[in-house]
Amino acid sequence: MMNQGDDPTGGTAGEQGRGAWLAGLLVFLALGVMPLVGLAQDVPAASATAYRDIPGLGSRNMVWVVAQLHLLLAGFVLGVPIFAWLCEIVGWKTGEKRYDKLAKEFTKLLTSSYATTALFGGILLFLLIGFYPKLMNYLADVFFPSFIVYCLLFLVETATLYLYWYGWDAMQDSKKGLHLFLGFLLNVFAFFIMIVPNSWATFQASPVVISEGTDLQRAWAATWNPTWWPVNIHRLIANVVLGGYICGAYAGIRYLSAKNEEEREHYDWMGYVGNFIGVFGLLPLPFAGYWLMREIYQYNQQMGITLMGGFLSWLFILQAMLIGVLFLGSNYYFWLGITHRIPGSEVKYRKPMMAMLIILLLCLGVWMTPHSLVASLEEARKMGGTHHPLLGVFGVMSAKMTVANLMILVTFMSFIMYWRAGKEETATWAKVARSLMGGVLGVAAIVVIVLGVWGYFVPAIVRINYFSVAQVLIVLFVMLTITPLTALLLRSAKTTTEMVWGKMPPRAGYALVLNAVMVILLMTLMGYARSSSRVHWHIYGVMRDSSQYAYSPALGYAAAFMSLNTFLFCMLVAFIFWVATMGDKAKANDAGGKGHGAQGTLPAMAGGAPALDERK
Amino acid sequence: MKGGVFLKPAILIVGVYVFLKIVLPLFTAPLPASLIFLYLALTTTGIVIFATLSGPSTDAFFGPIVRFLTGEGQGGAAQGARIAVLLLFPVLVGWQTYTSTAPSDQPPAENRTIHPAPPGEYTGLSNPVPNTPENVMTGKGLYAAFCSPCHGGNFDGKGPASRGFNPPPANFSDPTTIAMLQESYLFWRIKKGGVGLPIEGMPWKSAMPRWEVELPDEWIWKIIMGEYDGAHQKPRTWE
Repeated sequence: MMNQGDDPTGGTAGEQGRGAWLAGLLVFLALGVMPLVGLAQDVPAASATAYRDIPGLGSRNMVWVVAQLHLLLAGFVLGVPIFAWLCEIVGWKTGEKRYDKLAKEFTKLLTSSYATTALFGGILLFLLIGFYPKLMNYLADVFFPSFIVYCLLFLVETATLYLYWYGWDAMQDSKKGLHLFLGFLLNVFAFFIMIVPNSWATFQASPVVISEGTDLQRAWAATWNPTWWPVNIHRLIANVVLGGYICGAYAGIRYLSAKNEEEREHYDWMGYVGNFIGVFGLLPLPFAGYWLMREIYQYNQQMGITLMGGFLSWLFILQAMLIGVLFLGSNYYFWLGITHRIPGSEVKYRKPMMAMLIILLLCLGVWMTPHSLVASLEEARKMGGTHHPLLGVFGVMSAKMTVANLMILVTFMSFIMYWRAGKEETATWAKVARSLMGGVLGVAAIVVIVLGVWGYFVPAIVRINYFSVAQVLIVLFVMLTITPLTALLLRSAKTTTEMVWGKMPPRAGYALVLNAVMVILLMTLMGYARSSSRVHWHIYGVMRDSSQYAYSPALGYAAAFMSLNTFLFCMLVAFIFWVATMGDKAKANDAGGKGHGAQGTLPAMAGGAPALDERK
Repeated sequence: MKGGVFLKPAILIVGVYVFLKIVLPLFTAPLPASLIFLYLALTTTGIVIFATLSGPSTDAFFGPIVRFLTGEGQGGAAQGARIAVLLLFPVLVGWQTYTSTAPSDQPPAENRTIHPAPPGEYTGLSNPVPNTPENVMTGKGLYAAFCSPCHGGNFDGKGPASRGFNPPPANFSDPTTIAMLQESYLFWRIKKGGVGLPIEGMPWKSAMPRWEVELPDEWIWKIIMGEYDGAHQKPRTWE
């Protein structure tokens, strides 16, 4: 028999009281939790959360800025190794150390910009997972195998970058071949790092979904979607352009702030190299863009019309303006180079430059003429609608493609003119060669125009598949004919006027900066176009956007974000340049302070002084 | 030759303006102000680029402007002109700002999308009616009955009723209209009419009837064949 107050477990009365209290608390908690369990059953757990948002800022705006900055930085990080590697090869082949130095100094930028890009990539990933859990869950389900590949690529890319950068000095001379091979590998891995996430983004626009097969087969089918390769090629070329023009802009700024003749000479040369590589990439870029748009249109008529004829078509007028400024800026820089770096050549080349300028402006006028014009009610009545009966024909692809090809030809000829300036061809066959080049150029221009006009009178598919392709091939043929011919001519040419570096006017520096800003703006513009072409779909035709942001932002609103993103990216790049060159500046100051030859120790990104420019 | 530095650019700008504003409309419809502004901006850009190609040409072009505006070595009439320009320029900017922002009874210039994207259910449709001479002829007959009053017997958008509409009916013989589109696009536009246009195309901003209430789909497909054939155009295809 138990006595009152006895504890069957052997505890005291006080302990019993605490136990009862705890038991009561547990029961209370259990009862309290019961409704929550019920609620959780009604709403199937946290996985049902499709969207999250940050009031005020807006999830879409945040992702827009971070994604665009990540993409621009990625373009820079992938473009710079191409630029650096090309410069290194040129330095190796020609023996000019300044190229090698330039390549090295730009590779130095990679260490800081690589980390910044990865940082923005990480932020983007967290934002996407947080804001769009349902979408990310779906994408992870489809693409998980490629996530692993992506991680592995990052590992090998990072290791190669370290070897390439830290081994630069150690692998000079006898091991230069190995170093160049590392540069090659760096670019190969970088290319794959670009195309793997491209597959995720292009899948959203042109999804290929198979319900059967292994994870690997599903991922592969989704990866090899209709717009994957067009985007890969377009972005690869665009990255070269970005890398070149940013190098040019950096050189332009340093040229404007140069303190002595030595710096001016060097940054003038660097600006030339940057502009050349930018133009080198710019010439084939419209072809790649055309192919991409063709694939999009063929993949889905709705998406194609949204971009080219629908509400996004105005973006392509803006694009024409930006590309036009880029072409004008690049040519202007070449022409300034002729008149300022090659004394006495102005008189000789003024008329050809005027002719080229007129052609460029006429072409730009056609390119910028919209199909549907902005007109008041009265003006539209007089025109009989918003299509002008005469100039309306400029608003379609046949005209745009023709003028784009002509502008490419003119820009190419600007370069050839620059190349030949200050030299006298001494070969016996020079006259024949010049006539041949003139003939090829003239015939090519005429054929391009004839095909452009003829394009209005044939079915669209004939124009797209044959005429436009023929125009591109003709322009490529001109380049592939005239470039080697000019090189052969100049091999035996006599230099009549030595090129003088460092004599460019300040506006040349501003032109270089303008070109870089135009390229960045173009990338932000096309980023918006590519993203908005999906309209209210996360994954086109597969997963609908059901968030409060399932509408396309107005063009004015988008333009403000494009400008913001361009500004932020420029600030980031400036920061990266500043950080990367901080140590060199300090070293240069120390060297100057200790009196160790201030001459020849150019700081920072200089790529060296003329002392370094001497041939090996 | 001092005057020559500015004379040629001035003549060029005025010449381009006169050509676009007065000469061109003698042969075709007048150009909207937006396009004239665009072409003049390009002309001005070209002048500045060419004038600044070399140091001497830059000095020759901008030197007089800078000297005039800074009043360097000026006196008499030149000084008076400078003061007049410096006073008139802000007034001109103010006037331009006022006229562009003041309330007006004119409707704003519109930016209508002529070819908005079709709904997803219409993309990828192909004409189910065989393209035979009989069907094309039937299509043309149906076109004559239902479409030609507005779009014209010559498929040029100049039917007897066309003058009553703004925007005017489409001109199918223009190679920049239906030749750029797939047949499925025309099917959507005929079937749903102006009412069925999406927001970007401004619903109701077209008097095109909603033909689905009167014509069976097969007739619409035949009309499309008749339209292309009559206008001597081919639809956009990918094969």
